[in-house]
Amino acid sequence: MSTLLLGVVAATTGEFIPTAAAPDAFPPFDPRTFSAQLFWLALSFGALYFLMARIALPRIGEVIEERRDRIQRDLDEAARMKMETDAALKAYEQSMADARGKAQGLAKETRDKLAAQTEAERHRVEAQLNAKLVETEKRIAETKTRALTSVDEIASSTAADVVAALTGKQVSADEVRQALAKTRAASRAG
Amino acid sequence: MAAGADGGHSPISQFEIKQLLSLKLFGFDTSFTNSALFMVIAVGVISAFLILSMRGRSLVPTRMQSVAEILYEFVANTVRENVGQEGMKFFPLVFSLFIFVLICNLLGMVPGGFTVTSHIIVTAALALLVIGIVIVYGVATQGASFLKLFVPDVPPALLPLMVPIEVISFLSRPLSLSVRLFANMLAGHIALKIFAGFIGSLIAAGAWGIISPLPLLMAVALTALEVLVAVLQAYVFAVLTCVYLNDAVHGAHH
Repeated sequence: MSTLLLGVVAATTGEFIPTAAAPDAFPPFDPRTFSAQLFWLALSFGALYFLMARIALPRIGEVIEERRDRIQRDLDEAARMKMETDAALKAYEQSMADARGKAQGLAKETRDKLAAQTEAERHRVEAQLNAKLVETEKRIAETKTRALTSVDEIASSTAADVVAALTGKQVSADEVRQALAKTRAASRAG
Repeated sequence: MAAGADGGHSPISQFEIKQLLSLKLFGFDTSFTNSALFMVIAVGVISAFLILSMRGRSLVPTRMQSVAEILYEFVANTVRENVGQEGMKFFPLVFSLFIFVLICNLLGMVPGGFTVTSHIIVTAALALLVIGIVIVYGVATQGASFLKLFVPDVPPALLPLMVPIEVISFLSRPLSLSVRLFANMLAGHIALKIFAGFIGSLIAAGAWGIISPLPLLMAVALTALEVLVAVLQAYVFAVLTCVYLNDAVHGAHH
């Protein structure tokens, strides 16, 4: 490629030198200008290299690096915060489950206690009622017995009165009682 | 093509070195010329832009800072891809070469401007700087084994043929590096000037003036092409610098 380009250059120079206004050589190949160009190239390129290497490039590199670090830091921070959030969420769920379990335990305990209390109360009341019932039944029985006894007495006195009115004969209470007992027995047998 | 040579507006007058300030140091002519002026302007523009745009050093870059950062990343990636992380010690050099060539090329596209890189002595000096660093660094880090660069991995019988080819190939590197840039800049600017000269000549030629818009269109198209070439050649220079530096850093195992 370089030879081709050289050829092109040679062709153009060959064509232009005769028509050029200046009588000097083709300017890019004029060695009289070389030293001045080299001197100022060395000076300006040296200054440029110094400015780039010492000031401009480190500044740009610093900013780019800082941005990269910052992004990395932020990403790390975000990851860390996400982990923290996850952990907090897990802890929350755990404590929630614990609380639920505890609440259920407490509710059960309370229920059991209340049930036991109710049961005890029921037993006590039942026992009381039973006792009352037994006593009442006993009283009824007594009253009945007493009533029956008085019925017998009334019956025998009535019977004695009836006998006395019919026969005019006084009968003793014992006789009436015996007669009644005999009749009762007979009616039972009959 | 003779149409371009109308009076003082020869297509090559744009490459003339004009003394602005006569100066002599150590017996050499070190005059401040239009070439030197544009070198200094390039360095000033680059430094002012890169340093001022980074003044804020903000994490969220401004537009100017973005451009500076994109340039930085672009050259840094080129170095990393071609030389590897180890090559980053040459990053300031590659960046300086790239930006210097780029801005010199583009300043040459400004009407009335001077193209520093259209002079072979400038491109040759930059190319020799690169090759010099390759040789010095290669020998300093690898010693004699740097010479393995000239011994390709071929059957020994072929070596008498291959070694001279490799040596010539190595020596042609600074030549191709400098001539490619110089010739592209020179040829492009000459072509532009010639087409621009056609416009005036055609108008002066009376009836032929009717076709004068044609070279104008051509000049416009060539200007766009030249801007592209200006950027591309700067990039090519930087990439080839990286490729050559890779030999110095990693030796012959390519």
